[in-house]
Amino acid sequence: MPETMTDAPALGETVDLRAAFDGAGIGEVLAGLERDLVGLRPVKARIREIAALLLVERVRQGCGLATEAPTLHMSFTGNPGTGKTTVALRMASILKALGFVRQGQLVSVTRDDLVGQYIGHTAPKTKEILKKAIGGVLFIDEAYYLYRPDNERDYGQEAIEILLQVMENQREDLVVILAGYADRMEDFFTLNPGFRSRIAHHIDFPDYADDELLAISESMLARQHYRLSPEAGAVMARYIARRRAQPYFANARSIRNALDRARLRQANRLMAAPQPIPKAALTIIEPADLLASRVFAAPAADGSD
Amino acid sequence: MRLTQGCFSFLPDLTDEQISRQIQYCLDKGWAVNLEYTDDPHPRNTYWEMWGLPMFDIRDAKAIMSELAECRRIHDDCYIRLSAFDATHTWESLRISFIVQRPRDEPGFMLTRAEAAGRTLRYETRAYVVQKPEGARYGNSG
Repeated sequence: MPETMTDAPALGETVDLRAAFDGAGIGEVLAGLERDLVGLRPVKARIREIAALLLVERVRQGCGLATEAPTLHMSFTGNPGTGKTTVALRMASILKALGFVRQGQLVSVTRDDLVGQYIGHTAPKTKEILKKAIGGVLFIDEAYYLYRPDNERDYGQEAIEILLQVMENQREDLVVILAGYADRMEDFFTLNPGFRSRIAHHIDFPDYADDELLAISESMLARQHYRLSPEAGAVMARYIARRRAQPYFANARSIRNALDRARLRQANRLMAAPQPIPKAALTIIEPADLLASRVFAAPAADGSD
Repeated sequence: MRLTQGCFSFLPDLTDEQISRQIQYCLDKGWAVNLEYTDDPHPRNTYWEMWGLPMFDIRDAKAIMSELAECRRIHDDCYIRLSAFDATHTWESLRISFIVQRPRDEPGFMLTRAEAAGRTLRYETRAYVVQKPEGARYGNSG
């Protein structure tokens, strides 16, 4: 360490960033991200960039170069079911591996957890949550609900003020991630410029492509020891295309719900079988389990089915 | 007379850094940390005033240090102790308790002897400060 920060430290030697990278265990977390999450190319690229920045920051600190606690607050925007919460959880472990948060827990909240119901209820409630999140990541889902422009006496404003203060003054204690739909988050930031200026990383989550959703459905089923029969795989692909065209499509979440219902139908089908069934049948989702969905009842938007 | 009760009581008072590390140890073990204060130092006074509820679901010592700072600010001339409760089945009890603040001036205890029937001696300890009403015992605060 240099005696005074004005003296630039000796920079003659080399630094092995790769070793620092492996030492922090960050490679594993990033590889896990790559392996477990389907698609999300731009998100993964941004996380790699952020991880690289943080790692270099760490190494600079080790060399005695001037650093200041980087602003790590983030905003995740994207449609429902695009993996914002899942990525936030990974983010917490990345930040922990690099030592930018001390404990690495993820506290996931919505407006109800922060905003009180009567005067004087909000501040203690928000502070309670902040205390739980200290040393980790505070994930505020659908953050725009905090601010209700139509009601000037809404208690959300109070929660916002406390949050802004903590985001500024306790940057080394916790990282705040705001999440929500892109357009509404944009409005929210316009109405609360304090948030925009305190957030360093805006990450946009794209919708999944059809083949990505199919891969997701396969991995979801594999985790629960189910699999699609080859014909059911083809049906699932058609299901995804049709489901997307219908209202309230929520990407991976819609897929999960569809699979839950398919498991229900599969169980019913197996119960109805008159004679003993092979054990393997317990794990296989057949086309019939998917075709009974109401998604196939409506005519397809493009008339292909 | 320096009050000694709980862990570390024969060591010099812990610094904030040391307290913080003890708290982190408790939190890492999954115990719920609790703050209590009193101005009645009698050793048999086990029921101290609670500073809020025991702090469940907290992961980092800094959150508790800020509560402690607040408690010290309000009760700057009381005893404050920090305890940690282990809810694990078969433990279900305090695992650690130590004093984290003491009044600047501790007058100590008076020992009285009363002769009872058959020249038996009955002993009583009484803190000098409890002659004053609660809240006015140490300094002018509390």
